[in-house]
Amino acid sequence: MIEVKDLHFTYSTGLEALKGINLTVEDGEFLAVMGQNGAGKTTLVKHFNGLLKPTTGEVLVDGVNTRDVSVAKLARNVGFVFQNPDHQLFSETVEEEVAFALKNFGFEKDVIEKQTDWALTLLDISQYRNTSPFMLSGGERKRVALASILAWDPKVIIMDEPTIGQDHLQKENLQQFIMQLNSQKKTVVVVTHDVEFVAECNPRVVLMSQGKILAEGIAEEVLTDPKLVAQASIVPPQIAQIFLGLADLGLPTNVIDVHEAAKILLNRLRERQ
Amino acid sequence: MSVFEGFKFRKVSSVVHDLDPRVKFFFVCILFVMAIMFTNLIALTVLFFIPLPFVFLARVNRQWLRSLRGAAFLAVFIFATNFIFGYFYPTSFPQVSGSVDTFVEYFVILERAAAMTLRFVVLIASFSVFFLTTSPDHLGLALQQSHIPYEFCFAFTTAVRFVPVLADEAQTIMDAQKARGLELERGNIIKRVRNYIPILIPLIVNAIRRSLELAEAMESRAWGASEKRTNLYKLKLKRADIILVMISVLMLVLAVYVWRYVPIPSVTELLFQTKAA
Repeated sequence: MIEVKDLHFTYSTGLEALKGINLTVEDGEFLAVMGQNGAGKTTLVKHFNGLLKPTTGEVLVDGVNTRDVSVAKLARNVGFVFQNPDHQLFSETVEEEVAFALKNFGFEKDVIEKQTDWALTLLDISQYRNTSPFMLSGGERKRVALASILAWDPKVIIMDEPTIGQDHLQKENLQQFIMQLNSQKKTVVVVTHDVEFVAECNPRVVLMSQGKILAEGIAEEVLTDPKLVAQASIVPPQIAQIFLGLADLGLPTNVIDVHEAAKILLNRLRERQ
Repeated sequence: MSVFEGFKFRKVSSVVHDLDPRVKFFFVCILFVMAIMFTNLIALTVLFFIPLPFVFLARVNRQWLRSLRGAAFLAVFIFATNFIFGYFYPTSFPQVSGSVDTFVEYFVILERAAAMTLRFVVLIASFSVFFLTTSPDHLGLALQQSHIPYEFCFAFTTAVRFVPVLADEAQTIMDAQKARGLELERGNIIKRVRNYIPILIPLIVNAIRRSLELAEAMESRAWGASEKRTNLYKLKLKRADIILVMISVLMLVLAVYVWRYVPIPSVTELLFQTKAA
């Protein structure tokens, strides 16, 4: 469990990025942190594995204050997938890249081999095992980066803007993959401003703006509140926009899921016939 | 990465910011030459104070201090190597005969190591003032008006402009590798150097990738299409610039005179009343 208590954070440049955040991320939860650029989303999640330490307030990971332990210690339980895979790839082969963290954590050789195989298969990149990561496409590099985090099987997985630069099919695969991780009782925290992606996954949403939390709740409630989304400078998902527009017809306004929307519209059309 | 912070230009209006970049560069070069001329601790201490008025006039004290703090690690390294070499090869010191035995002899070597470190600090301090108060655009203009081909000027200003970008990127890469359990401070000295490989490779690869992208973006915007490129702004020397040139020349003349004719005592001599052999 991650507990954030009255967290304030100011960068060395004087920019106050977080202004009193209180938040609890339960074990096995799927959470999306949303908001416009510069809202403080990435700054907040960088506190979860100790990359940033609070200016005031505190962050507890499983009861341990992040101030008291190194990033390497926290990282054993909290995996962080960075937005740009090119900020981490450096090895000669994909296999070595995936094994990098396992070596850092001091796993035995046979465990390293086993976990590397497992992660490569999981992300469907075992065919590139001996290829240089620099030779792969953007989407594949992103998968290598993800595999290199999942390899040590952390309890919590944080993903910073996982959908950026991914085509529709890759996004869909990613969505299924995240759901699969979450069903295995992993805590998943996704930082994103991709409302459509969130609408399809329907996680708990934390909406941020200017270093503060504007609202928390299930995606259906938060993303369909026109006032809230406007305040956070994002637009509601397209399905929500349609249903908000059709509110006069007596249709519900808190619909974000495509399948649910189709069902409601189909029922309404059948009633008319 | 705070050493780079000290080289990041911020737009502020001050007497120092408004000085001609060529004159400022000339002044900094004179300081550089003076720092190289002297090995005496007292002389170098005096040199250290010369850029201070400029720092205060330009109101960049915080950033300037940050660049000095960033250079602290290298400064310690320079001090240590100078001391170690001085200890094992004491023959280069006239005051030390054969091997280092007495307290005074230790002090001589310490003073030399401190002087060499201060020389480095003077260089960082003066160049930091220059970069903190000169916009890359002005710098490019200054180079162009010094008849350097535009291609070289552009490459130079782009490089300067990208220093803070690279510094930010290095920080992100460090974070990404730390999040995968990399501990930069772990292990012996060789291991510590090796720890930086996962930082340097992505940094270099990204820099090359970015430069290729930049080249493509520039060519698609017709870079180099016109034979002779003209500029909207031209640099002109003002009164303050001429005063600074005069101060710089005077400083150099004085420094050469002192260096040639005035024997400056070392701190050891002052403290222990010993005379150099």
